[in-house]
Amino acid sequence: MLLLQIHTAFIIEKIILISVILGGSLGVAMYATWAERKVAAVMQDRIGPNRAGPFGLLQPLADGLKLFFKEEIIPDRSTRFLFILGPCLAMLTACMTSAIVPWGPDFTLANGHVVSLQVADINIGILFVFGVVSLGVYGIMLGGWASNNKFSLLSSIRSASQAISYELAMGISLIALLMMTGSLSLREIVAQQHGFWDGHWLTWNVFKQPLGFLIFLVCSFAELNRAPFDLAEAESELNMGYHQEYSSMKLGFYLFAEYINLFVSSAILITLFWGGYNFPFMDKVAAGVSPVLFSVICVLVLLTKVIFMILFFMAVRWTLPRFRYDQLMKLGWRSLIPLALVNMVITGAVILWVIK
Amino acid sequence: MEKLTNRAVAVDRSPMTFSERLYFPAILKGLSITLGHVFKKKATVSYPEEKRPFSPVFRGLHVLNRDEEGRERCTACGLCALACPAEAITMEAAERLPGEENLYREEKYAAKYEINMLRCIFCGFCEEACPKDAVYLSETVMPANYSREGFIYKKEDLLIPHPQKQEQGNK
Repeated sequence: MLLLQIHTAFIIEKIILISVILGGSLGVAMYATWAERKVAAVMQDRIGPNRAGPFGLLQPLADGLKLFFKEEIIPDRSTRFLFILGPCLAMLTACMTSAIVPWGPDFTLANGHVVSLQVADINIGILFVFGVVSLGVYGIMLGGWASNNKFSLLSSIRSASQAISYELAMGISLIALLMMTGSLSLREIVAQQHGFWDGHWLTWNVFKQPLGFLIFLVCSFAELNRAPFDLAEAESELNMGYHQEYSSMKLGFYLFAEYINLFVSSAILITLFWGGYNFPFMDKVAAGVSPVLFSVICVLVLLTKVIFMILFFMAVRWTLPRFRYDQLMKLGWRSLIPLALVNMVITGAVILWVIK
Repeated sequence: MEKLTNRAVAVDRSPMTFSERLYFPAILKGLSITLGHVFKKKATVSYPEEKRPFSPVFRGLHVLNRDEEGRERCTACGLCALACPAEAITMEAAERLPGEENLYREEKYAAKYEINMLRCIFCGFCEEACPKDAVYLSETVMPANYSREGFIYKKEDLLIPHPQKQEQGNK
């Protein structure tokens, strides 16, 4: 019974990895709320949170504590089960995507055991991401529907249609990339972007698929429900959107899930287009240091890239005004999808006749 | 219609050109503006640690003055109460007895002098009306209080400390 053989070491290793990644992404999400407020502040010539701890670094803890102690209200007319399921789903799907991101290269321990810094290397990695991200819409949909509030319902309908429209363009822009890589596994895609210069051209996919990257970027803004596409929670027209009726930690889960999504999708964006954990002259560094240290360096490089990506997302949020609903749909269906299709056809033609 | 200022700019409603419809140049311009603000001077004053200077004409909480020998200047003439548009000042006069010359400068003094800070509008008319230079508006912001009674400032709250007694206290 080879199938039932369970390696205890393997399970322990994975459990440790999962808890580190989950804890890490929760921590990053926590400090993303702090960073968001700081970024907003410096862009508006303000100081931002600076009372709780040095530079206001304890602010996220204070906010979390506050949310825990708030009264928990479940509206009378709401569908109780779905009302609770909504934020749970949002949180669950937000955490799930981090499983397939390769956070660093494999390294071999002294006893010959190979440790992988990826929770699960699925050969359909990208499809898994798309599936989970689409599930995330259910969190918003259920929350909006179960609240029994017209603003919430309107907002969740907006959000669902937005996600469906932009997923198309996102998928098509990725097809062009996948035709070049020939693999859906994120591990494989990162391995192909090894180093920075392969003798002919830059290895990172963003330099091979600049248009694809732009489309993917715009679509991830829409998928994340972030400004300029934050129609789901448009404060000025829908009050708070789908979290209108939520209070206490259920509201906290929604807000938190948003930031986890931000972190994980930044990580996936970096993995797909900006070379993941690869950096220039990595072979020379790898020759100079021990494999464990090299893995740590790679993880740090990835995290730095991800943090820059998050800061970029925030800078855009505090710069651009929100799109109107019809403008959003027009942009998605009449600009991004045709553009992505053209990009796909051109990539196909180049692969077929130029590169071979 | 005559224009009020020459700063009015007509709204351009011509259809967007191709480069405008690409959005990206405008987005980059916007990002450069917001990122430029990162390095600008912050407008925030971190209040308790850092205080903005008051303007020279600032009118804050009242004080009742004493003269060089520490005698109260107020003679309870009631001109400040008369000048007060908010009717915040009340006082009762009393006659100085023999032996109190070191306490009050004139032969009449204010036995009771109250300002209701909730009524006061800090206009400074009392300061202007006072013929004896007795009442002044200082550079202190009125502190908060838990009760309405706390906002009625008595003579003891308003009088500046006795200069000689203060010196003794410091020794």
